[in-house]
Amino acid sequence: MSSETKQILTTDGIPLEVSLKKAEKKNKIKAFLLVAPLLFFLIITYVFPIGDMLFRSVDDKMVTQMLPKTFKAMESWDGQELPEEEVFAAFHEDFIKLVEDKREGKLSTQLNYTKNGFKSIIKKLRRASKKFEEGNYKEQIMSVHKRWADVEYWRAIQRRAPEFTGQKYLKGMDMYVNEEGKIVSVEEDRRIHRVLWLRTLEIAFFVTVFCFLMAYPIAHLLATLPMKYSNLLMICVLLPFWTSLLVRTASWMILLQQQGIVNDFFVGIGLVADDNRPEMMYNKTGSYVAMTQILLPFMVLPLYSVMKTISPSLMRAGKSLGGTPFVAFWKVYFPLTIPGIGAGCLLVFILAIGYYITPALVGGASGTLISNQIAFHMKSTLDWSFASAMGLMLLSGVLVIYWLYNKIVGIDNIKLG
Amino acid sequence: MALPKYTEPHYRIWHYVYLTICGAVFFFLIAPLFVIFPLSFNAEEFLSFSDGMKSLDPDAFSLRWYKDMIYGTKNPWGLAAKNSFIIAIFATIGSVILGTVAALGLSSRHMPYKGLIMAVLISPMIVPLIISGVAIFFFMAKAGLAATHTGIVLAHIILGTPFVVITVTATLSGFDHSVTRAAASLGSDPVNTFMKITLPLILPGVISGGLFAFVTSFDEVVVVLFLAGLENTTIPIQMWTGLREQLSPTILAVATCLIILSTLILVTAELLRRRSERLRGINR
Repeated sequence: MSSETKQILTTDGIPLEVSLKKAEKKNKIKAFLLVAPLLFFLIITYVFPIGDMLFRSVDDKMVTQMLPKTFKAMESWDGQELPEEEVFAAFHEDFIKLVEDKREGKLSTQLNYTKNGFKSIIKKLRRASKKFEEGNYKEQIMSVHKRWADVEYWRAIQRRAPEFTGQKYLKGMDMYVNEEGKIVSVEEDRRIHRVLWLRTLEIAFFVTVFCFLMAYPIAHLLATLPMKYSNLLMICVLLPFWTSLLVRTASWMILLQQQGIVNDFFVGIGLVADDNRPEMMYNKTGSYVAMTQILLPFMVLPLYSVMKTISPSLMRAGKSLGGTPFVAFWKVYFPLTIPGIGAGCLLVFILAIGYYITPALVGGASGTLISNQIAFHMKSTLDWSFASAMGLMLLSGVLVIYWLYNKIVGIDNIKLG
Repeated sequence: MALPKYTEPHYRIWHYVYLTICGAVFFFLIAPLFVIFPLSFNAEEFLSFSDGMKSLDPDAFSLRWYKDMIYGTKNPWGLAAKNSFIIAIFATIGSVILGTVAALGLSSRHMPYKGLIMAVLISPMIVPLIISGVAIFFFMAKAGLAATHTGIVLAHIILGTPFVVITVTATLSGFDHSVTRAAASLGSDPVNTFMKITLPLILPGVISGGLFAFVTSFDEVVVVLFLAGLENTTIPIQMWTGLREQLSPTILAVATCLIILSTLILVTAELLRRRSERLRGINR
């Protein structure tokens, strides 16, 4: 057919199809060029650095680069008996070089992470190595300390040979690779990270539930009241939303302190004795109360925007068909609000799971979350690779939730106020 | 919400219970903000209502914490406020320009890989701040921008653009593209068309996105905590240190000023939203 019909040409004599395709391509490039500055800016300053975190979290080149000859010599060692003289000689050579560069301290810190007890024997080895004679390094090193003659310590060194390691991720879940190379959990009383993960999930979950329970009635009221009143009440939701997080946390610190207004009120109504005021801050209660109030607007706004679109005649129809108001609500109104509930809950949950400032200020020791641990390792212990690993574990959790959000509501439906 | 006369008693009771619950929730939302006002005028150094304040004795109130905030020698609030405003203003300008231009591209129907690119562009809003903080810190440290104003401004542009992209894209969704075609057919070049036709029409969206970006930068503390040196201190950082070390009434004076500022921003944002809704209503 097409070969017989005359091709449609533009005034320039180019076939229309080709010309349209060209225009389409031009438009695509134009649109992309507009997005490009921001896209490349974000890729360079944001997406790559997150990739960098991934790299840092598994990077373990330090020891590999400090003991290159040792690891080369160890390749043929089966790890059963003490290594041969050539391994000791290679280790001696690497070690002398490290002492010259004054880097043996770093080595001892790193090896001590793998197995306790390296710190002192490396110090002893440094002192002794000055008097070492050439040849038979095995005997000489072993005579420095009995641990140098212990095969366990040589196995510990060998475990640091790979350039990459997943041990930071294991540490984040309170696990480690033991001497036999198996993944095991640390002792019961040292499982601090699992406690933190569980607590983060628990607090995020309950804050979401509280927010939902409180937001649903007021979103409904806002959506059904006449514009005049609802606009006024909306300020109660929007003012906290626009107010600084630190200001809101500060006000909770004033309210919840032991001589604070909430406690005064409890004493006033005789709920608690004056000399036995409960501690409501610097624990989980503080985190719960403050986070619920701070995140509440994020639940109200999506619920409100969905409820606003539900026609009141639907409820009336439900009632006129014989349903009691409760049945009409449960069978007609509630199912229609589910998209809003999904959006609000996931938004609050995502925000709560990564919360840092409020728990750090009002949470005390029992109310801090995984974010606080990440910040602690970034600022205090400077174990950046561990902070990166934990950050990425948190991020992957958030991405799963976000993916759900996208499935249920869609990225394009995010509404702000 | 007046109840019809024929309402049965138990529904009547339920209705009032419902209103009470709503009242309690509104109280829970807004009341904490109002505790700060009176306490910031406290003449004493305590963070609770003194007996004098309860009996409204004028001597129990004073402006001493406001004076301390402005003239206090040990207080770096002046420097912090200056830094906060400089950083927030530059971050807002950057976010608005980058975000608006990107939103124009995104709302073109020719845009390839729209979903994926949108996901990347708004990711700083979804990723927990602590992770953004760590990642941005690594970048700034490598680029030699840690503890500089430039570094913090760039960081806040990253965090602010998603809001601009979202609000401007939303405004553009109701935008009639035939007006730009009309301008082009009348001989206007794209830049001129944008400045004279598109921008005035989407301005409410641009400004409200800019307000979001401004507030985000002005309130931001997690990322700044990683990035700021002593000279880059901002109001949130000062509040953070103050709240961690000692809760002094000066902080309440600052907090009161911040609440007033956020009220102004809220009013502006609301007026803009209504204006843009009205404009969109006319378009329909």
